[in-house]
Amino acid sequence: MASPSELNRLTIANAATMLRKREISSTELTRACLDRIAAVEPRLHAFLTVTNEQALEQAAAADRRLKAGDAPELCGIPLGIKDIYATKGVATTCASKILGNFIPPFDATVIAKLRAEGAVFAGKTNMDEFAMGSSTENSAFGPTMNPHDLSRVAGGSSGGSAAAVAADEILGALGTDTGGSIREPASFCGVVGIKPTYSRVSRYGVIAFASSLDQVGPFAKTVRDAAIMLRSLAGHDPRDSTCSARAVPDYPRALSGDVKGLRIGVPKEYFVAGMEPEVERSVRAALKQYEAMGAKTIDISLPHTAYAIACYYLVATAEASANLARYDGIRYGMRAAAEDTIALYEMTRAQGFGAEVKRRIILGTFALSAGYYDAYYLKAMKVRTLIRRDFERAFETCDVIVTPVAPATAFKLGEKMNDPLTMYLSDIFTISVNLAGLPGLAIPSGYDTNNLPIGMQIIGAPFAEETILRAGDAFERSGAVTLKRPAL
Amino acid sequence: MNHDAYEAVIGLEVHTHLMTKSKLFCGCSTEFGRGPNENVCPVCMGMPGVLPVLNRRVVELAVRTGLAAHCEIAPRSIFDRKSYFYPDLPKNYQISQYETPVCKGGYIEIPAGDGAAKKIRLVRIHIEEDAGKNIHEANASLVDFNRSCVPLIEIVSEPDLRSAADASAYLHELRSILRYIEASDGRMEEGSFRCDVNVSVRKRGAAELGVKTEIKNLNSFRFVEKAIDYEVKRQIEVLESGGRVMQETHLWDPVREETRPMRSKEFANDYRYFPEPDLPPLIVPPAMVEEIRRAMPELPADRRARYIRDFGLGAYEAGVLTAERETADYFEGVTPGLKNPKSAANWVMTEVLRVANETGKPIAEAVPAAAEVGALLAMVEAQKISLNAAKTAFAAMLKSRKSAEATIAELGLAQVSDTGAIAAACDAVIAAEPAKLAEYRGGRDKLFGFFVGQVMKAMGGKANPKVINDILKQKLAG
Repeated sequence: MASPSELNRLTIANAATMLRKREISSTELTRACLDRIAAVEPRLHAFLTVTNEQALEQAAAADRRLKAGDAPELCGIPLGIKDIYATKGVATTCASKILGNFIPPFDATVIAKLRAEGAVFAGKTNMDEFAMGSSTENSAFGPTMNPHDLSRVAGGSSGGSAAAVAADEILGALGTDTGGSIREPASFCGVVGIKPTYSRVSRYGVIAFASSLDQVGPFAKTVRDAAIMLRSLAGHDPRDSTCSARAVPDYPRALSGDVKGLRIGVPKEYFVAGMEPEVERSVRAALKQYEAMGAKTIDISLPHTAYAIACYYLVATAEASANLARYDGIRYGMRAAAEDTIALYEMTRAQGFGAEVKRRIILGTFALSAGYYDAYYLKAMKVRTLIRRDFERAFETCDVIVTPVAPATAFKLGEKMNDPLTMYLSDIFTISVNLAGLPGLAIPSGYDTNNLPIGMQIIGAPFAEETILRAGDAFERSGAVTLKRPAL
Repeated sequence: MNHDAYEAVIGLEVHTHLMTKSKLFCGCSTEFGRGPNENVCPVCMGMPGVLPVLNRRVVELAVRTGLAAHCEIAPRSIFDRKSYFYPDLPKNYQISQYETPVCKGGYIEIPAGDGAAKKIRLVRIHIEEDAGKNIHEANASLVDFNRSCVPLIEIVSEPDLRSAADASAYLHELRSILRYIEASDGRMEEGSFRCDVNVSVRKRGAAELGVKTEIKNLNSFRFVEKAIDYEVKRQIEVLESGGRVMQETHLWDPVREETRPMRSKEFANDYRYFPEPDLPPLIVPPAMVEEIRRAMPELPADRRARYIRDFGLGAYEAGVLTAERETADYFEGVTPGLKNPKSAANWVMTEVLRVANETGKPIAEAVPAAAEVGALLAMVEAQKISLNAAKTAFAAMLKSRKSAEATIAELGLAQVSDTGAIAAACDAVIAAEPAKLAEYRGGRDKLFGFFVGQVMKAMGGKANPKVINDILKQKLAG
């Protein structure tokens, strides 16, 4: 049994069992996490807000419920919440100065669901401002460091959540993924992250970046933990008209460990010059491991992959330009001093938004402008359809598609900040999945010579979360990778 | 200057609130007149992370309006975001419909003199959300978001109107339809029925359209007419003096009764429309359209035609009686027991509408039940009471709400047609006025009225005047 100081290292599945058997209390578990947070946060900066008191109150309430029996699986489990989720009464900044003082009067649907299950919220995690970025360096409140190497980025935009799980500050966390914002940081930090099918999880109360691409998902230490969390998050929400009414499967039950006969598509466009050889070697080795377990690999092609980044940066920025228009200093958030209304808008937005957010608002505004709409936005929507069809065709011959999550492992802080285009390429393997609305799982496939985690992406057909979780879990169980706990 | 050489070409854009209990995309109340920011929630305040959910009732009312205006109902339409920054617009974009509105085409028929009708074609009807309201004070501007996200439809006409009178007739007809089908209360003064006008002029007979101006801030029918008259005159004067009409937006100034151009900054917008990713396409299945069609009430134009045909009413009377559904319903409640429905029409148009106007109450509250008024008029037809007695009884019934029969009995208003009693009274009057009798018989016919008056007085005012006339004529002749 774990010592009290190491309870924070538990998986959700194990902790839930121990809580149920009354071997540990949620209060003990929560204290262990809060102690760990206090110890490593000065070096890591994974959290923007730590809600000590509320967490302990929630833990006490969870303990009462556990004692009474019949508590849901996430009852009493300490989680981190990306600061993009509206949390009633707790600051929700989206890592932006413009929302620096914003305290929502309501909960996001998934927050309300977790609350109802009795989950414990340790705090709000760091991110790129408005989820725009691949390194969490665009946070207005300073970057998050990678627990495996503090001189490197944690990935982004959900870098705080990934780092906090990797550093055992919490047992699981919520992220959001618009172009890779769960999968890339999961890969950089060596944890599991899943972006579900678009519409699988409610977006209500999730501060919008790009509405047709944003999707909620969990970070966890194991595929099983991710499956447990997803089961609680997914499902219909009358407050989100784009949310699917499809029944939610029992995801953990799908983890049979069996991949015999599974057809794994390997797209040639995802193994290209420019990616780090160690990354390719690691994913190729994982594919061999799958073959050894009875799966079949099939070479496939996703011919429109080359257009994905251009398409994404038109669609996402166009939607963002409208989504972020509401931050104007009139009703909530930051307000700059100004003489008249126009100046109020201009000064508030000039002072409140960071450089990358402004860049994307301008890009999106341009793409939607009269005279350019057809050439940019409309064209991008057509390309999006082609990319979706690539996947539809591919899934006629395979069950899952396996690729690297990112072309390289975690880069140095500051390395790409002055070169947005290179930064955008960090998402080259994840973006198409959002454009096509598919589920994608990131799991560790190994480490490079610097002991930095490498991530493998398992992509599924729409609503095939069970299949990709089963594939990821089987690989995890095979023992092909020995996970390394960050030294810190 | 020859104004007659020109004709005006006018199109109207009407925005009207739909009568729903809750807002277009959230559950807040639409009730008018609440305290500032009492009908708001995170959704209609544009809080971070909120999402719109379409109110189904709005779709039903929009489709109902489309059917009433003979539109084509789109089986699939799209919501779009219309972006512009304004403090009363919480998201700084309005959710509207751009390329694919819920209703396309259609027309409204307006009366064009003596029962004839003129078709005013529609371009479209689409659904959109309203904005809040800015309130400017000495040192601050305040925003009330109660109206934010209240459902609107915008009804856009083709430029088929040719005069201020046409525009007024169109607006009256449209409002009447909207009230008939219970889509809108059509209250302009509460801002629930608003109108923008597009006006241009051209030489009579010209095929091409002139350059148009758009006039905003028109919050009464009277202002619409005045603004059109002003703007048509202004444009003709510009053209006649060799100038060019600029395509611009004008504001109506109700105090100075003139239109003046808005500063270009106030309207030079690129709205950057794009499909709203937070809402799926709006699907209106044929079965839903049919269900709404089946539940449609009779519309004002049909009712007008029926009144002219079945009741023999004139176009004007039919128009007044059908303008409001409650008036027409009341009228039809008065007619059943009557031989001549025109007396019911006259009564409703004079007595009933007068009282309703004076009290400011709906007809159902303002006056006695239609059946009781019908009973009164039936008694007049049967010569049981006089028309004056009916008016007296009606006035009493306004307060007492007793039945017509009880009121007539109580007030002793029943008319005496008993020839014996009247003949006796005639004899007595003639006997008492030998001098007048001699004058009458000597050729002063005008004295007949005097004798009638004396007999009526003797009968306490309750005698049937026709019977008095007949008997007196015989007796005076000797």
